[in-house]
Amino acid sequence: MDFSWFPQYLPMILEGIWLTILLLVISLSFGFALAVPIGLVQVTGPRWLKWLAAGFCTVIRGTPLLIQLWLLYYGLGSFFPQIPWIRDSFLWPVLREGFFYAALAFTLSFAGYEGAVMKGAFLSVPKGELEAARAFGMSPWTVLRRIWLPRAFRIVLPTLGGETILQLKATPLAATVTVIELYGASYQVRQDTYRVYEPLLMVAAIYLALTYLITRAFAYIERQVPQRR
Amino acid sequence: MFFAASSLELLATWKGTLLNGALSTLQISFLAYVFGLLLGLAGAMGKIAGGKYLKGLLDVYTTVIRSLPELLLIVMLYYLGTDTLNRMLQGLGYEAIRINGFIAAVVVLGFVMGAYATEVLRGAIQAIPVGQVEAAKAYGMSPFLRFRRIILPAMLPYAIPGMSNLWLNTTKDSALVAVVGYSELALATKQAAGGTKAYFTFFCAAALIYLIISLVSLRLFGTLETYVRRGQPKLG
Repeated sequence: MDFSWFPQYLPMILEGIWLTILLLVISLSFGFALAVPIGLVQVTGPRWLKWLAAGFCTVIRGTPLLIQLWLLYYGLGSFFPQIPWIRDSFLWPVLREGFFYAALAFTLSFAGYEGAVMKGAFLSVPKGELEAARAFGMSPWTVLRRIWLPRAFRIVLPTLGGETILQLKATPLAATVTVIELYGASYQVRQDTYRVYEPLLMVAAIYLALTYLITRAFAYIERQVPQRR
Repeated sequence: MFFAASSLELLATWKGTLLNGALSTLQISFLAYVFGLLLGLAGAMGKIAGGKYLKGLLDVYTTVIRSLPELLLIVMLYYLGTDTLNRMLQGLGYEAIRINGFIAAVVVLGFVMGAYATEVLRGAIQAIPVGQVEAAKAYGMSPFLRFRRIILPAMLPYAIPGMSNLWLNTTKDSALVAVVGYSELALATKQAAGGTKAYFTFFCAAALIYLIISLVSLRLFGTLETYVRRGQPKLG
């Protein structure tokens, strides 16, 4: 075991941890924001929206994330430069980076998995509570905002921690599209120093620590939600 | 646009490559799944009936494997496995060999899936009402007979949903083997796409193949579940 490379590569590793966390936070927040309507239309929406949302979930959950990522990165990535107004737009510096495609792919993936979970959560809110809300004269939008969504969120909360860890475990795929996040940094160290195990063991330890932190964070959040048992 | 008539021609030209890739994806997944289930069964038995040290060891195995990214594990175990094997061979005075990528992929993927299978099967075995196992003991059944006649058929209804998820995850995670350079569907697709620059066409085709594998598997597992649930009260 030889960790003499460590001080020299520390900035890159810290940058890697930052990118990993950034990818995680972006995909979780945008993914969850997409998952709510995807779950909702499967429960109450018009039939064509139901089909669309269910189809989206099936496709996302039935194909490997690696293929989705490569489809976006290589497919969109080779398609965008052919369109002049995209090349000239202010977004181009972002659209050129692997990071954008990784964040997009992870967001869509989380939306697909979580959309199916949210559908179940919306369905398991007791009917009587919704009827009571309507009986109070709440508009459909108020019912959703005050009763349906908060109750559904409380139902998914215990599974959300697990889903977050799954999402963390998906982030190393970004390294295959040139994003030097945590795993990518270890790969870079391996390339430069010809050390195979030390960098891999180091990132393994960091991932374990991150997993532990996520578990603790969700345990804390769950304790904040009052629940009658 | 993305799909032109030329796309179909391209796909027709590269059909063999893609289908070979799909075949090797299925082969890797299937063997890794069987290996993982065997590991999982042994692990579940160890967790339920083993001594303190075996239980501790298995806890480390399932916890560490399940909390690390699959990509990291596959890369790490791939190098570690081939390296250790070669060192052992050299220590015994043999020459180092080049390890077959297929076998390495199966063993590595199976080892990772074994951790998930351990938990699925442990849960299923522990869900069997204790009285049934005690009754089998009271009849004087040997442990093996008890496993074959009572535990296995009684645990399957609880285990099938988890096993179905595990199989779908195995087929999808087998794509990660592409990263260590073994040519299955994902890598074959990347090569075909890179060679022709028709990225959309080929990655969509690959996604479709994976989707078909998933949907057919779901249907088969559904049938299997109704079969193992025969004689049980309906859910809901």
